Amino acid sequence: MAVVPTEGPEVMMPSSPEEAVAAFGDGDGVTVFGGATILMVELTHGRVAPRRALLLDRAQLAGVRAEDGRTVVGAMTRLSELESGVEPLATAARHVADGEIRAQATLGGNLCAPPGVESPRGDLQAALIALGAEVRSAGAGGERTEPVEDFLAAGADGRLVLDVSFGAPEAAASASVRRPHAHAYTIMAVHGARVGGELRLAATGVGPRAVRLRAAEQGEAARALDDATPADDALASAWYRERTLPVLVARVLAELAEEA
Amino acid sequence: MQLTVNGTARQVASPPLASLLHVLREELAITSPKAGCQQGGCGACTVLVDGEPRRACLLPLAAIDGAEVTTVEGIGTPTQLAPVQAAFDRHYAAQCGFCTSGFVMASTALVEGGGGKTREEVIEALSGHICRCTGYAKIVAAVTAAARGDVDPAAVEVDEGPQQEATLIPGSPA
Repeated sequence: MAVVPTEGPEVMMPSSPEEAVAAFGDGDGVTVFGGATILMVELTHGRVAPRRALLLDRAQLAGVRAEDGRTVVGAMTRLSELESGVEPLATAARHVADGEIRAQATLGGNLCAPPGVESPRGDLQAALIALGAEVRSAGAGGERTEPVEDFLAAGADGRLVLDVSFGAPEAAASASVRRPHAHAYTIMAVHGARVGGELRLAATGVGPRAVRLRAAEQGEAARALDDATPADDALASAWYRERTLPVLVARVLAELAEEA
Repeated sequence: MQLTVNGTARQVASPPLASLLHVLREELAITSPKAGCQQGGCGACTVLVDGEPRRACLLPLAAIDGAEVTTVEGIGTPTQLAPVQAAFDRHYAAQCGFCTSGFVMASTALVEGGGGKTREEVIEALSGHICRCTGYAKIVAAVTAAARGDVDPAAVEVDEGPQQEATLIPGSPA
């Protein structure tokens, strides 16, 4: 493994998943760089000062493969590689930023993105929850595989994401509020899927990280607010989000009903 | 660490977490990539990394050690414009010029990849680039023209500009 000498932080560049896990250890004091689209901004503006930086570009954690009928997506897979894959993940990926950012940003980074202050982050999280995806991660206590919603609830601190896996859903649907800019970015999105006969719903842009909308999965769109507590940010107010979220849920439920 | 910048191998001494934008502008004095928003949202720092358009402000040096980097300085000269540059000239696609390097590099990748022949394709590919003079119509026209081969670089009259050597002031918005 190349360790780049520097007067600043120690920079670790593992060349295999095993080296990456060993370098990460229990994660204490380690700042993990995926695509770096969030971290480089934080560094430039002096909001983070890593003690030890773990760069995964050469760790062979990128790529999408099929395994036992499931799709396995490596943590360093770029969002651009997901744009034409399994729905509703593909739609979520296409709606992130612009093509150049999507070619750099990674699935693992999106999953571990700390909550944004000005705008929501982690747009793929809701689509992954809807798919019933599982995260395989390393850290203190060894390797762990768990549902995305459990991983997010526990917090990504101290975990190094290795890959995410999911089966093909019977049906999928998405609805979002987007803001026209040079590109249109997502303010809030609801993703739904029917997986093994079970209807799953999740929302992004309604709080610090994506949430599963368990109550609304029973078919009542208004109950989306049982599981989500939207907040104000630079893109939209909590007031607006509270009124719009059930509308998005109703659209996703209607589309899933049509596909059934 | 090492980068091949515009065809020349360069040893670079910036810290491993320095952005490519910092390396290009502050260490190598290549000032076509602009430090605009420095958060990936404006596109003005876009360069080609191994032929693909990337935000120089978002790439840590260590992640691209050994890569080939191409900037506006590497695609044409004032007297021999690259096809996309000639198209920008012919179609008046630059106003204040701050966003132009980023647009030109992203457009170069698009056109060289065989894309950009339709307005929709150009708009999608350049959606991460902001022109605050709002000169989008002429930029899109220039790129589609370049993609269709409708511009002859040799036929463009070039103003070589002032002939004195530029002085670089470190940290200045050159």
